[in-house]
Amino acid sequence: MTSAALHKGEPIDVAVIGAGPSGLAAATALKAAGLARVVVIERELQAGGIPRHCGHPPFGMREFARVLTGPAYAARIAERARRAGVEIHLATTVVDILPEAELRVTSADGLQHLKARRVICATGVRETSRAARLISGPRQQGVMNTGALQSLVYLKQQRPFRRPVIIGSELVAFSALMSCFHAGIRPQAMVEPGPGAIARWPSQWFPRIKGVEFIPNSRLLEIHGSRQVEGVSLADPEGQLRQIDCDGVVLTGQFTPEAALVRCGHLKLAPATGGPLVDQWGRCSDPSYFATGNLLRPTETAGHCWAEGRKTGQWVAEDLTAGLPVTQNPLQLLCRDSRIKFAMPQLITGTDQAGGMTHVQMRVTEAVSGTLVASLANRPIWQKTIATRPERRIRLPISKLTAQARSGSIELAIQDSLP
Amino acid sequence: MAKMITNSVIDSLSIGYALLGTQPKTPLLSPQKYTKNLFDVIIIGAGVVGCAMARRFTLEGAKVAIVEKASDILDGASKANSAILHTGFDAPPGSLELQCVQAGYREYESIRDELGLVQEKSGALVVAWSPKDLAGLEAIQNQAHDNGVQEVTFLDRAALRKQEPNLSQAALGALFVQGESIIDPWSAPYAYLHQALENGARSYLSCAITNGEFDGEVWSFETSAGVLRSRAVINCAGLYGDLVDQALLGQSQFHITPRKGQFVVFDKAASALVSSVILPVPNATTKGVVLFRTVFGNLVVGPTAEDQESREDSSCDADTLQALLAEALQKLPALAEMPVTATYAGLRPASEQKVYRIETRADMNWITVGGIRSTGLSASLGIAAHVFDLYSTFGRTHAPLQRPETPQANVLADCGPRGWKEAGNSEIVCHCELVTRREIEAALKGPLRARSLAGLKRQTRATMGRCQGFYCSARLSELTTGMIDPPIAKEILRD
Repeated sequence: MTSAALHKGEPIDVAVIGAGPSGLAAATALKAAGLARVVVIERELQAGGIPRHCGHPPFGMREFARVLTGPAYAARIAERARRAGVEIHLATTVVDILPEAELRVTSADGLQHLKARRVICATGVRETSRAARLISGPRQQGVMNTGALQSLVYLKQQRPFRRPVIIGSELVAFSALMSCFHAGIRPQAMVEPGPGAIARWPSQWFPRIKGVEFIPNSRLLEIHGSRQVEGVSLADPEGQLRQIDCDGVVLTGQFTPEAALVRCGHLKLAPATGGPLVDQWGRCSDPSYFATGNLLRPTETAGHCWAEGRKTGQWVAEDLTAGLPVTQNPLQLLCRDSRIKFAMPQLITGTDQAGGMTHVQMRVTEAVSGTLVASLANRPIWQKTIATRPERRIRLPISKLTAQARSGSIELAIQDSLP
Repeated sequence: MAKMITNSVIDSLSIGYALLGTQPKTPLLSPQKYTKNLFDVIIIGAGVVGCAMARRFTLEGAKVAIVEKASDILDGASKANSAILHTGFDAPPGSLELQCVQAGYREYESIRDELGLVQEKSGALVVAWSPKDLAGLEAIQNQAHDNGVQEVTFLDRAALRKQEPNLSQAALGALFVQGESIIDPWSAPYAYLHQALENGARSYLSCAITNGEFDGEVWSFETSAGVLRSRAVINCAGLYGDLVDQALLGQSQFHITPRKGQFVVFDKAASALVSSVILPVPNATTKGVVLFRTVFGNLVVGPTAEDQESREDSSCDADTLQALLAEALQKLPALAEMPVTATYAGLRPASEQKVYRIETRADMNWITVGGIRSTGLSASLGIAAHVFDLYSTFGRTHAPLQRPETPQANVLADCGPRGWKEAGNSEIVCHCELVTRREIEAALKGPLRARSLAGLKRQTRATMGRCQGFYCSARLSELTTGMIDPPIAKEILRD
């Protein structure tokens, strides 16, 4: 679909920003719900989002009940959307979001305004850059995130280094490892600041991972080398230093929503997730905007985002037909514990009408075991025993909260278990 | 009279001039080569001062060569600065620095529209954070007036709050210096040198000088680009200025001790938090840490001032960056919720004294422009005019160009006519900075084409945004294959 067609034709019902799993699923669901014109605006030259450059399985088990590589999965979800009648406009960039579902869009046609009835932001997540991690050292070449490494390896058949060190041990770190092996790159080590790997290791990867040293309890202090990476310095909690020779550094994970449009636009931001502030329908502070997928919170798998996007599509269709409930005084969720990284949605529109997200999604910043307590005016209204670690999903049923209150502030905290 | 410097002398100084190739096969003064590559002036170093120098001398009618050891211009001190065009309000009264800053400011404004340069008159606030600071503002205002900068007004606490509502409550008052401006620190010097080249100057990049001698009239330099000769030499070698003088003149009037400055760049959303440049009340050694917006739409905090011996090591240090962040947050609390986009460090070529070290060796037809610490971007055009006046005393005269070419600067500022706004822009490669494929391809062409990723970044801003290359590195690698060194990545060869 060329961008020229974007500015012509019937009025746009819903414009989806981003053709990754959640955006494509939302658009597909909107067409299934009978909406006339649904457009997906994608700045890249290809639809599919992050899976485009994850050249390895497993993708698609939830959506297609089979194991696919990322690129095959990306092609399938895009094809499914097109078949449903979704217009996908590639090489088209939303540069600003404006009140009441108006977008400033640039493409080969130049800069233009575009108006829809609703906008769904599905711009996904990216990994935290070297700069934002404040790592010591000069700015050499050869330091990159997994996303850039995978794009090079799988999309361009290029490799930036031969002997890198991989920093982090979230699931994506193992994806980086697989990408390295695919390109004949031999990682020197995988380094994790915590005591153990954050991800549950996919068992089928085990044999390949053997042979790469896993270094826990070590922080990346400094990257050496003036023009190209020549080595790294690591430190353990006691301050013991260790140097590793390498010619590259892969900085994995520490995902953050790609929320540039939200940050520079009129929508309220939720600082804890780094994404927009939403209610249980993913509805933003301007109710003509919704958000879905990993933009809501870092981070979930492609399959999870696809399922989330499909639901968002259904809710937006509902909003355009029957209308979703509105309230002046939504229930607010406040995190009162530094160990709680975020809780999303941040607002709950108290209503008798069911629908929307069924659970609050949470993450912690460190390994905790104790009781997660939700209180209203200092009175516990719900609690659950948890033993969890960073990047593990924690869910809190929304119906348990709305059963107790329709407005006001619910405070979330963790009470430690007695030793 | 002839002065011979051997390769080994230069080598032993390890001034970064790589010895390329073998020893000279022909004597330096071979007659057949005497007129070939003979310039009126050779400028050593293509930083902001060298670029402005090349432009001034070319416009004055001199035949100019500019020689740079790096593959891209602006690769030393000029690659990192605060991107501010200063009025000179706080420069030492009566100093050469003040004269050059103010002449540079005037000339920048006079050529701005002709060359398509960017200038945003944001103004600057010298903010008092303590009663002592507050008491010091009057002296700064008097100094500004003595320096001929009249548009300086005192803002009390309430007036300051009104003008900059996001500034911390701890701010007690400020001086508003209306003329201070933000400019593009790279497009401007590129435009200066482009204008010189369009009007006949020659550039020699990746060009290392390995040997030089003066016969009383003509300098002959053995370089990696062959023998280059000139009647006069302007040493604009910045961080290496003293070593170039030592190597080629046998002595230097000053010693460079690089002063490192680290900076933190915040997300573009942060630039809405302040309108003016936020300066502290300076102390004896440094202008202090500044909060400034850039014409690219970022907010930056820096620089630090750290003296060091290395002329190359511009590495950042995590603890220092944390301290900078803390200082920025203290002054502008809303920054707490702003992510960091980038960090960088630059080296200022500081000498033993605060003053500019512009030294003339009339007997050697040589002028050294040294110790241009922190006002080089503002003063470069003024320094060039001043140095041309000094050069005129050597006795050579030229006919100034009557109708010089005026090539347009490459505008990367947000407010400018960027490629992404135009129809037919083909493809946006760097999404964070909205850099088009056409802009990248243009930067890979011409005499000043990008030959390194760092050079490409300065010319296009590709990968300089929020994601720092997460999204565009692969496409950029593909587009620059065989064009930049070192490459971003190499082809995977299957065997």
